Amino acid sequence: MHWIALKMLTGDKAKFFGIVMGLTFASLLIYQQGSIFWGLMLRTAGQVSDIRGADLWVMDNNVRYVDDVKPMIENNLYRVRGVEGVKWAVPLYKGNARAKLNSKQLVAGDPRARLGADLKVIEQVILLGLDDFSMVGAPQKVIAGSLEALRKPDAVIVDFTRLRKLYPGEAWTLEATHGKPVSSLKPEQVALYNDRTIYGRVPTDDKGNVAFYDLFVGREFEMNDHRAVVVGICEATRTFQSNAVVYTTYSRAKYFVPSERKMLSYILAKADDDPNDKGTYNPSTGQVERKTIDPSIVAKSILDQTGLKARTSDQFKFDTIEYYLKYTGIPINFGITAFLGFLVGTAIAGQTFYNFTLENLRQFGALKAMGATNFKIVGMILLQAVVVGLLGYGIGCGLGAGFGVMSNGGELAFHTHTATLPIVGGAIVFICILSSILCIRKVMVLEPAIVFRG
Amino acid sequence: MSHLEFDGHEIAPPPPGLATAVKVRGVSKSFGRGEQRVTALGQVNWDVYVGQLTMIIGPSGCGKTTLLSVIAGILNSDEGSVEIFGQDVTKMSDRRLTRFRAERIGFVFQQYNLLPALTAAENAAIPLVIAGWSKPKAVEKASHVLNSLGMGKKIRSLPRELSGGQQQRVAIARALVHDPSLLVCDEPTAALDVESGRTVMNLMRQAALRVDRAVVVVTHDNRVFDFGDRITRMDDGKIAEIRDNEHTHAVAASA
Repeated sequence: MHWIALKMLTGDKAKFFGIVMGLTFASLLIYQQGSIFWGLMLRTAGQVSDIRGADLWVMDNNVRYVDDVKPMIENNLYRVRGVEGVKWAVPLYKGNARAKLNSKQLVAGDPRARLGADLKVIEQVILLGLDDFSMVGAPQKVIAGSLEALRKPDAVIVDFTRLRKLYPGEAWTLEATHGKPVSSLKPEQVALYNDRTIYGRVPTDDKGNVAFYDLFVGREFEMNDHRAVVVGICEATRTFQSNAVVYTTYSRAKYFVPSERKMLSYILAKADDDPNDKGTYNPSTGQVERKTIDPSIVAKSILDQTGLKARTSDQFKFDTIEYYLKYTGIPINFGITAFLGFLVGTAIAGQTFYNFTLENLRQFGALKAMGATNFKIVGMILLQAVVVGLLGYGIGCGLGAGFGVMSNGGELAFHTHTATLPIVGGAIVFICILSSILCIRKVMVLEPAIVFRG
Repeated sequence: MSHLEFDGHEIAPPPPGLATAVKVRGVSKSFGRGEQRVTALGQVNWDVYVGQLTMIIGPSGCGKTTLLSVIAGILNSDEGSVEIFGQDVTKMSDRRLTRFRAERIGFVFQQYNLLPALTAAENAAIPLVIAGWSKPKAVEKASHVLNSLGMGKKIRSLPRELSGGQQQRVAIARALVHDPSLLVCDEPTAALDVESGRTVMNLMRQAALRVDRAVVVVTHDNRVFDFGDRITRMDDGKIAEIRDNEHTHAVAASA
């Protein structure tokens, strides 16, 4: 009977595609909105994710999320260092600063500005001050300049995701050439570098690849009326507020921002090695590696002995996400959109599927009259539901994933959580079950005698 | 003329030498409740014999289709019994009755009720598929039956590609493919022109001319009355008259 069910389903192409499209739409919307929602949530905690190397974030007890900085006196740093189980603890400054950039219009042809014209840019930036000596929390990947150069006077490293905001007059169409061999450049790209911008050359690295971001290294700007020099460009997670992240040292951060009695935003701490663990030799590093004490135990010790809150990176990340979930309308807005997608999908797919069954009611009646059991007919309907459900789910999630790939690296926050696929699947199963139940109910109570009514 | 009796009611005599295929005794059926209640069949006693094409005729609403549905086992009667080849279908469980229909009864509907997405052969193969045959074997046998009905060139055609007469022939092939003992047909010629109607009725007659099969046809179509071996006229839920070919037997009120 299965082939009959499938032929019945696909026989009318328009209706078949209508049902599949309804489910595809529902899948796509839930997948896409869910991924954008999760992408945004991850951005809220992006700075926590970016700072690695420390096990614990120590903070004022009233801090609820990463941007909710409650400065502490620096004495707390020493108190934390004195807690048993703490291997090391370093300061971290996190605050906002006003960057004033004397940028220039570097691309010719823009009718609104002439080549070389001044572009005054004043932007709010997120300033992170890293421990002067250890540089704990430094960006993981510096794509132009160097991390070591951060020790130079007035040095800062800027994240590449917001360079466009800081330097709007640059030839941003050339950004895509970064890292590619110079030989692969198109003539018009070479011409743009050489003639139509004031770069006057194609920037290259040691390997002969285009080093677009090198163009920014060495530039100066004002930060809160203090001179700052870009010594590097790094990769960082895009922030929720869309401000550029500027890294500098802790002592220089204090120099950039107005002086206050309390300047210490966070303390980054590392749990000590577990004294009970003899360690294992790692031949690749040539060192004996030991397990650390459980950071949550150390966090409790810090709280008990200093009164400061200590959270592991994951805990602090989810504290931040939880705050945004609780106190902003973001989840509700996305939830509503996803729910509307679910409703529309249910309405389209469910209604079409139900109508499809109603239109085939006489045929089902004929099958029942000819001796097909309810069990077999229910099986046919369920098979039809499973087929359209799988197709709608697959196509919808595929389109959603394609959307994610296309938006990768762009402004759109898009991150597919592992739970997204099961959630979309669950919604589709629900729609299919709901539609099937309505259809099955109709067919179960159907008297085969219907076939003899004119 | 000697008449049989059941529960005090007279029943038309059987044709000589023919066994009873369907035995209807005291069957009543009503629809609706209270003042809306309509009696479709009132204490009907009736027999169908093997090797015959039995027609049920009568005005609209007289109970023809209800009687056909009851003897086909797709509508439960309120009271009475229906025996088909000695088996009382009114006492069967739903499951048993469904299986009985699948094995012993063939259906031809007024609207054909062919599945539009299936080819002629696939449509005709449905009863075999319901019985558990594999698709290739079922379609192969259905193709043979279609061939015998003169539809050999239309085996792969979809219903929308066939004329009304051709669709009805596919429906007849579907009704015969599993070699049923009882063939029930509801207005099989209602939607057909004269020529197609006669072709279909000829096929019905051929199907009926077997010692192990009976054919019951409900029809309004007086153009095809001469194809029936026995014609039963119903009126107001009762058997009003039974006529063998052109010999009419007046039957006393069956209720």
